Amino acid sequence: METINYQNFRIEAENICVDYNGKVALYDANLRLQAGQICGLVGMNGAGKTTFFNALTGFVNISKGKIRINGESVRSAQKDQTIAYVPQNEGIDSQFPISVWDVVMMGRYGSMNIFRCPRESDVQAVKDAIERVDLTDHLSTPIGNLSGGQRKRTFLARAIAQRASILLLDEPFSGVDIRTEKLISELFIQFKNEGKTILLSTHDMIHVREFCDLVLLINKTVVAYGETSEVFTPENITTTFGGISPDFLFGPES
Amino acid sequence: MELCSFLTLDSFITDPLTHDFMRKALLMSSLVAAVCGFLSSYLTLKGWALMGDAVSHSVMPGVVVAYALGLPFSLGAFIFGVGSVALIGFIKQKSRVKEDTVIGLVFTGFFALGIVLVSKIKSNIDLHSILFGSPLGISLSDVKQTIFISLLVVTLLSIFRKDLMLYCFDPRHAKTVGINVFFLHYLLLTCLSLAAVVGLQSVGIILVVAMLITPGATAYLLTDKFDNMTVISVLSAIISSLIGIYVSFWFDLETGGSIVLAQTFIFLFAFLFAPRYGIFKLKKLFAGYK
Repeated sequence: METINYQNFRIEAENICVDYNGKVALYDANLRLQAGQICGLVGMNGAGKTTFFNALTGFVNISKGKIRINGESVRSAQKDQTIAYVPQNEGIDSQFPISVWDVVMMGRYGSMNIFRCPRESDVQAVKDAIERVDLTDHLSTPIGNLSGGQRKRTFLARAIAQRASILLLDEPFSGVDIRTEKLISELFIQFKNEGKTILLSTHDMIHVREFCDLVLLINKTVVAYGETSEVFTPENITTTFGGISPDFLFGPES
Repeated sequence: MELCSFLTLDSFITDPLTHDFMRKALLMSSLVAAVCGFLSSYLTLKGWALMGDAVSHSVMPGVVVAYALGLPFSLGAFIFGVGSVALIGFIKQKSRVKEDTVIGLVFTGFFALGIVLVSKIKSNIDLHSILFGSPLGISLSDVKQTIFISLLVVTLLSIFRKDLMLYCFDPRHAKTVGINVFFLHYLLLTCLSLAAVVGLQSVGIILVVAMLITPGATAYLLTDKFDNMTVISVLSAIISSLIGIYVSFWFDLETGGSIVLAQTFIFLFAFLFAPRYGIFKLKKLFAGYK
């Protein structure tokens, strides 16, 4: 097993800008994450959360700035299977005729030959991953027949099978049952202990307080970034959510 | 009535086989159907039905120009097919017009250009056979070209089968694990243009889009497994082609139209009676009698 260097940055984004046909989606965004850190990405719909993920995975090109993954370019991170992306449930076609096994196997595609023929090690990685998310009874179930929580676990298994050191999760807790929520929470603790770096977007502020070492508040650009206890203040949240107070968003308790 | 009196099932099938042109038509149409059926699963899942329509219509001027210049018509068709897609992408990016509108206006523009060219060039191009297909009048050089293109498309789709499935399902994941999504996008478009070229011989430019979407849609209703979907799609396309050609032979109907109608009927059957996704869900009906 490779030794984990906790000093170097796993993700370094410097002043990145992304625009779609001249329409700015994200500007001057910065982020630095190390191994074993969990960071919450919080912002309104359209604040640039998914754009941020897209930039880190190389799915969109940045128009300005610099991204380094483990000190290297996004392209080499793709080749090295460094980043795994877990999409929102809404972001995938749940009616696609594909089984849990095949989805998780897709996590191995990047390290297979051109025909994507699974080797023994790939099969084992997929089995292990499916076991970790407790879906062994659903190996050949089409994803259309799964519940929202099971589907989320399938995509988590794909990320596990990929053996990436950085996990990007888009709304991991939305539309899942309590059992899945508990399983995901446990997995996060395991991932952290394994030295993985996790960046997750969420609407749920309770989860941020529970898991995240760091918080990145964004509204087209970074509103605040730092340790959760310091950054997650009512003022910052109000700014992030365009003037809406946290009392209104999460009740007077927060 | 006269037809029914002498026609047994046996002679219904074997009689046409005594004609050389019918054997050729049945073979070539099955091949074309297999290619289009294979591709159809991807187009249906990717949501590219409209794109299929656009590309298949846009190849028209390419076919005409190639004929006029004495080039292989697949080459011209391919250039215009891919060109139309590039143009659609360009206009969409540079204007505020919505995508379906852009697709509609680009492919009709190309199609119109093709029709105008046919009337201007006045060569021996048979407009009718381009528009409506002529599987019964296929020439030897067309046969060679069709076999070559079909093998090419099937080989490409077979090699990149899993990557294309991933591209249709989750392009972002494909990109994240270092798969060249740009290449897959154009690979699928290339196969689409080539399939449109071979398909237009069977059913013509106007109806070729049916060959590219109906088999996939039918298969989609019948299975939850991607591999099965491909097999069902190919089989339903071949069966429809055979039915269409036989029916058109015996009842003297337009062949292209008959093939597409056969496909539509098979789709309707799946729509009504598919075990899981049909309106009447056969499984449940039978379960009721237990």
